[in-house]
Amino acid sequence: MTTSVVQAGPADIAGPAPAPAPRIRRRSGRGRMWLEVGLFAGPALVVFLGFVILPVVLAAVYSLFNWNGLTPLERFVGIDNYVRALSDPLFLKGIGNNFTILFASILVQGPIAIGIALLLNRRMRGRGLIRALIFVPYVLAEVVAGLSWKLLLSPRGGVNAVLESLGLGDLAQPWLANPDIALWVMFGILTWKYVGFAILLMLAGLQGVPAELTEAAQLDGASWWRIQWHITLPLIAPTIRIWVFLSMIGSLQLFDMVWVTTRGGPVGATNTMAVYMIQYGQTQPGFGSAVAVILFVISLAVALVYQRFALRRDLAGATTSGVR
Amino acid sequence: MTATAAVTVPSSRRLRRHDRTAGTGVDWGQPFVYLVALMIVIVSIVPVAYVWIGGFRSTPDINADPAGWPSPWIFDNYVRVLGSSRFWGSLFSSSVVGIGTTLGVVLLGVMAAFVIARYDFRGRGVLYSLFAAGLMFPLTVAALPLTILLRDLGLQGSFLGVIIPQIAFALPTTIIILVPFLRAIPGELEEAAAIDGASRIGFFWRIILPLSMPGLVTVGVLAFVGSWNAYLLPLLVMAAGGMPQDLWTLPLGVQQFSTQYSADTGSVLAYTSLAMLPALAFFLFAEKRIVGGLTGAVKG
Repeated sequence: MTTSVVQAGPADIAGPAPAPAPRIRRRSGRGRMWLEVGLFAGPALVVFLGFVILPVVLAAVYSLFNWNGLTPLERFVGIDNYVRALSDPLFLKGIGNNFTILFASILVQGPIAIGIALLLNRRMRGRGLIRALIFVPYVLAEVVAGLSWKLLLSPRGGVNAVLESLGLGDLAQPWLANPDIALWVMFGILTWKYVGFAILLMLAGLQGVPAELTEAAQLDGASWWRIQWHITLPLIAPTIRIWVFLSMIGSLQLFDMVWVTTRGGPVGATNTMAVYMIQYGQTQPGFGSAVAVILFVISLAVALVYQRFALRRDLAGATTSGVR
Repeated sequence: MTATAAVTVPSSRRLRRHDRTAGTGVDWGQPFVYLVALMIVIVSIVPVAYVWIGGFRSTPDINADPAGWPSPWIFDNYVRVLGSSRFWGSLFSSSVVGIGTTLGVVLLGVMAAFVIARYDFRGRGVLYSLFAAGLMFPLTVAALPLTILLRDLGLQGSFLGVIIPQIAFALPTTIIILVPFLRAIPGELEEAAAIDGASRIGFFWRIILPLSMPGLVTVGVLAFVGSWNAYLLPLLVMAAGGMPQDLWTLPLGVQQFSTQYSADTGSVLAYTSLAMLPALAFFLFAEKRIVGGLTGAVKG
């Protein structure tokens, strides 16, 4: 602080020129500025281009070859890999599962999260503790959560034992090994894992709803439900829309949880695009890359369509403008 | 209660905001609200508690009654896991990868964000859009070619092989969070620094970095949690890359342990619960940052 005063003194006395000192330096040093830009942004740019963009481009290239990853890349097969993937019932089943999880997440987790957030958005004892505990499943690694559930849901696991002790032994079953219900059990685990995040997101959105509005409506005699429906929900709509976006992208990329609990089984009941990709891709990177590209195109299409119709107003181009 | 009432007058705005944001005075709701809250908490916690408590039972006990209470409490499982080199190796490995990723992404991210936020150059918008577009390129899509790339670079089966790609994939979020943060630092500070004879690089080190510390901590915590829980990349780089099992990260290690000793349920439960501990401890320590960072990042 003192130095600045001391130095500003002589600078002021020196005459008319010195006031815009920083600007002069900037103008005189165009080359220097580019050097600094390169120095600062360069490392991040190199890492990003090399390990994010390049692999995605490579995936597009590899996808056109029949390749085991070891021999030279020479057996060009055009779109054969794509045809093969898209005509494999197991992969199509995987796409279907991804979309089932996607829609179920939005239709089930969304209302649950909003409802709970509305209930919890008030002064109450232990609010901090409640929030922290709700968030616990989200903090756990998907692998750790998945393994815990795998143990709980195994035929001789905790869930069946509890059902039997409650006299509901008829309901006991091999939850994740029954092809008829495995996908919905998987969806249940995912809901357990991710609904806490949605609740916290909604609570954060609710913080931004001005009390004056709900108070005014209350004075006008509006019921609690009407206030939530006509005032609160529209005001947290941006939060909801962003959560839907995150949830959709997450559903389409689903991998860890499925891989550690079922590996996509039984008989493909819980297969997803990413699981299919890893199953075949490690020995056949060409074919796996085609699957990756399909996954990417589907995600991008969903994201763009959603952005076009729902997110336009909220993001102001923040996340997706670069891909338009 | 009386104290609260007394305070309400001077700082009424604050309290009211909380009170009435959505509560709007439904008195009948209060016990009901606590009931719902209790139910959600139970649902969130019980599976975790089952694993922890199960770790205190012997495997024959668990097999006899999978949902029973420990009697007697047995510490063997935990002792055995804590005495194994693979648990500590995994912990070490996860820490190295997590810290490396965090430091790397914070450093590279804040440097790039600084340029985007405070330099006026042609192509600035393009640079920002490029990083932002990275959000649309998930690791899953790049995973297979990335593995081959890392193999060709000789990084497969090494810590750097996990750290560098994780930095790359964490950059978009980091930069998107940091740019508005750095832009909000007043321009007067920059001019003052320039008058003091500081170069822009000096300005970066002495003023930008200290002032943006809260933002850096937030992105750092997000990167660390992401790295700590990551599975796919370590699976492809470490497990498939031939790294010794003792040095696999925790998620890989847990998965491997539970496959290898699937018959010894007690040990698997103990190992799984010990694997949860670091993440939970870190969460307690950085809860505000994690929650604030995630919700803030999402709100853009």
